[in-house]
Amino acid sequence: MDLTLKIWRQKNREAKGEMKSYPIKGVSPDSSFLEMMDLLNNELIEKGEDPVAFDHDCREGICGSCSMYINGEAHGPDRMVTTCQLHMRKFKDGETIHIEPWRANAFPVEKDLVVDRSSFDRIMNAGGFVSVNTSGNTQDANATPIPKEDADNAFDAATCIGCGACVATCKNASAMLFVSAKVSQLALLPQGRPEAKRRATHMVEQMDHEGFGNCTNTGACEVECPKGISLENIARMNREYLSASMSSDS
Amino acid sequence: MSTTNGMTSITRKFFMALSGFFLLVFLLQHCVINMLSVISPEMFNTVSHFMGTNPMVQFALQPVLAFGVVFHLGMGIMLELQNNNARSVKYAMNKPGENATWMSRNMIITGIMIMLFLGLHFYDFWLPELNVKFIQGDMSGLNAAGEFRYFEELQHKFHDPIRTGLYVVSFLFLALHLLHGFQSAFQSVGFRHNKYTPMIKKLGDIYAIMVPLGFVTIAVFHFLNA
Ligand code: SF4
Ligand code: FES
Repeated sequence: MDLTLKIWRQKNREAKGEMKSYPIKGVSPDSSFLEMMDLLNNELIEKGEDPVAFDHDCREGICGSCSMYINGEAHGPDRMVTTCQLHMRKFKDGETIHIEPWRANAFPVEKDLVVDRSSFDRIMNAGGFVSVNTSGNTQDANATPIPKEDADNAFDAATCIGCGACVATCKNASAMLFVSAKVSQLALLPQGRPEAKRRATHMVEQMDHEGFGNCTNTGACEVECPKGISLENIARMNREYLSASMSSDS
Repeated sequence: MSTTNGMTSITRKFFMALSGFFLLVFLLQHCVINMLSVISPEMFNTVSHFMGTNPMVQFALQPVLAFGVVFHLGMGIMLELQNNNARSVKYAMNKPGENATWMSRNMIITGIMIMLFLGLHFYDFWLPELNVKFIQGDMSGLNAAGEFRYFEELQHKFHDPIRTGLYVVSFLFLALHLLHGFQSAFQSVGFRHNKYTPMIKKLGDIYAIMVPLGFVTIAVFHFLNA
């Protein structure tokens, strides 16, 4: 396949970036999107040019690093996949492909397609955990009976890989789907209940503080999420947060 | 985004939904009462007189309604501005239609169109009412001939094809606004359930089409009969 790539190039956080065109020839339709990017970078390096910086690690859809906004959609036109799981056969020979970084003020661009997603880490630090003492006498998890449905829902929520496609896609750059997945995975389990109120309020406050937008229920996040995280989690977080803010003493 | 006015993004969306629910109830009763004008002018006159002179409606419900409308609009505009600011650099290539409906993405446009319509609507009905009742001090609801004036005034307004057209177009925007708003309000207050949510979505679609269609019918009916 011969393609034209239009890629966002930006030297560093402060620099003003721009879209640049790169023709690329002989791409195998069976290669993955990132392999195609590798091909381009090899060519750029051979020519003595700066390769395109992009995040990647696992290349199998579990780490969430490969953030690329491809042809107007997070992780490209395919559903339920990350960029590393996207194949070139999804594109047509001769096509022009636009590749941009996630756009949100809470995700500043570091270089080219690499964005700083540490705002997600700070939200997690605000309450996305259970405080258990792991001193060696931890109880077997199966000792606490949990309804199958709750366990399944918690597990579904826990599949969120923190990629940020929800934010990138949302017209409001809202992080509600991510935060709600992280709130839900713990809220649904007995181990998460003791800190549920604090968790919901602190994580939501941190989310707002980071400069993400307000959720208006467009549902775009759910469609573009590579892990199929459902809007049901957002409704659950709304409940958790509202009941916590009505009943908490602070 | 921080906690403007001590509210977080979730409290803001909660109150947006609450005011939305209130307006949904208001719209429904407004539509039902106006429907009477198509069925029976006498009944319409009686109910209009009650609504226009009952102190409970006038001095308790009406101010709440005014607050609800202003709040919903003000909060809507504030959310839109904040949300716009959350992404300063826009995408060079974006396909929002691939993952969200036009209605859900353009609540601000349909909302502002509805507010513009409300300006016209107030000018047509509310201001004249205030004038007759509180400036001229005539609470009788009667015209010179000693009959109830409400039905006659209503019909008179829809003489004008341009005004009738503007009303019809506005109701179209109302329908678009409701198609997203109805079910969205439930999601915002955290009401979502595998069993009930599909039902709410259907009910929302029915409401969003039937209520504006009711208003359109009323406007067109009086235009044709005027
Ligand atoms: S909710 Fe989905 S889109 Fe958002 S961060 Fe998690 S996996 Fe990515
Ligand atoms: S590189 Fe790990 S999810 Fe794509």
